Amino acid sequence: MFKRSDHDTRPIVRILVEGTAVEARAGDTVSAALLASGRDVRRLTAVSGAPRLPYCMMGVCFDCLVTIDGVGNRQGCLVPVADGMRIEIQKGKREIGR
Amino acid sequence: MSQGPSTNAPRRDAYDVVVIGAGPAGLAAAATAAKAGLSVLLLDENAGPGGQVWRAITSTPLADRTQLGHDFWSGEDLVRALRESRAEVIHRATVWSLDKALEIGVSVGGGSAFVTARRVILATGALERPFPIPGWTLPGVMTAGAAQTLLKASGLVPDEPTVIAGQGPLLWLLSAQILRLGGRIDRILDTTERRNVVSALPHALAFATSPYFRKGLALMREVRAKVGVVSGVTGLAASGEGRLSSVTYKVGAREETLPASLLLLHQGVVPNVNLAMAAGVEHAWDDVQLAWLPVLGKDGATSVEGIAVAGDGAGIGGAEAAALRGRLAALAAVEALAPAALATLEPAAGVRAELARAERGRPFLDLLFRPARQFRIPADDTIVCRCEEVTARDIREAVAIGATGPNQLKAYRRTGMGPCQGRLCGLTVTELMAEARGKTPQQIGYYRLRAPVKPIALGELAALPKTKAETEAVVRG
Repeated sequence: MFKRSDHDTRPIVRILVEGTAVEARAGDTVSAALLASGRDVRRLTAVSGAPRLPYCMMGVCFDCLVTIDGVGNRQGCLVPVADGMRIEIQKGKREIGR
Repeated sequence: MSQGPSTNAPRRDAYDVVVIGAGPAGLAAAATAAKAGLSVLLLDENAGPGGQVWRAITSTPLADRTQLGHDFWSGEDLVRALRESRAEVIHRATVWSLDKALEIGVSVGGGSAFVTARRVILATGALERPFPIPGWTLPGVMTAGAAQTLLKASGLVPDEPTVIAGQGPLLWLLSAQILRLGGRIDRILDTTERRNVVSALPHALAFATSPYFRKGLALMREVRAKVGVVSGVTGLAASGEGRLSSVTYKVGAREETLPASLLLLHQGVVPNVNLAMAAGVEHAWDDVQLAWLPVLGKDGATSVEGIAVAGDGAGIGGAEAAALRGRLAALAAVEALAPAALATLEPAAGVRAELARAERGRPFLDLLFRPARQFRIPADDTIVCRCEEVTARDIREAVAIGATGPNQLKAYRRTGMGPCQGRLCGLTVTELMAEARGKTPQQIGYYRLRAPVKPIALGELAALPKTKAETEAVVRG
């Protein structure tokens, strides 16, 4: 859906999405990195299991919820990427204990 | 001497002034209050200063200044003023509580703390008005603001079939920015109601002499030269299996379907009221801006002693007005806490005059871009509450069997009880219930908002330090 600007010279940051290495840029939020990756990063809602992607990208809609380094229900649009960060796409409710 | 942004907990437990939000209003308020020698803490949820309008101003990969435009880079002056001040700044800080004793609960880096203030300035800004159309929860449907955030902060632009729909200044600015960066826009669907021109006309002269006028015309010309624009759109629907594949629009009786993998929606912005309402600040329905606005006295003073609201959270006025309101709220705090320091600052009267000039074009914009009824109060099958997946029909049926307002409706349908806490459905629920019950939005009211205004982990609450009295209050035997 999105492509990166040719003018972007920020350093590369490597994150793991569902165990696969994905290149992001320093300063990307998790949600921006996921949308830029071209991968299927749709989460599933807790209520009906419907697929969703981020809607507002500013911390208010909670459609970007994602599991980051083992912690569920994080707002991916508010968390900057870091080298080695482990991202899992959340399917339904947050699991107890993560 | 600059303290620089930090990701640590607040250094003190009490401040003269705590400012919440680092957009134009918050930056101006914090810099002004700190200049007067007050101890100032600025708390902001984002990774850097700027709020939404100047998002990523210190980190954007788009160094060519023509791409984001002059208005974006105008924020640098305030960012510098703040850096040169002695204000303590904490980014990635989520304020989840504020009460009438001016005690603030804030979560930073997975831990929470309470700080107290003698004055609180809320500069929590605006969010995009809900745009509930069929299919608006499909992956591939986003707000225009979301696309602009991706563009500013990460240099990302659409590269697949893209439709932009709605109305208002942001829609044109975003379109111009996407095109300058070589992004793709297939069609713009303008939903501005033609009859709005008539109601806005009496304010046209004031608008024509405001800075918005020439900028707005230039942006529209720039965009129209490259993208087909359909005016007078009266209906919109997004469709697809598991993700967006097409957008159908209506102009009167004519209907057309466009293939699309991205639909960007925008029908203006509304005050972000959650924290102010949870603190007990009185709000009232505004029939022109079609939103809840705090009831304000002089220079942003609210119904709660010691709490002021500045910026778009006080009613939509744009970035320039927001910064001026921030300065005025800070001057009021200085007057109350350290009146001798006022002599070192610009007199409030001059700032008020500047604010009047900055707000001159606003009534025209409000009336011209007043969103149409069918885009605010949706038909039965459309989802209203995205979190709990509740449709307009569900809500109308709840009204039919006795739900009287948004708070009763929670017991029927859980609307507003999901993680967004009504931010994406609240206005729709109020207007929908008002219409269904033949009342005004003011009579119907809004969700009763309470702390925590953003979800925090129970473990974070449990880990908060407790006084002996607090512990004894709940210990038995």
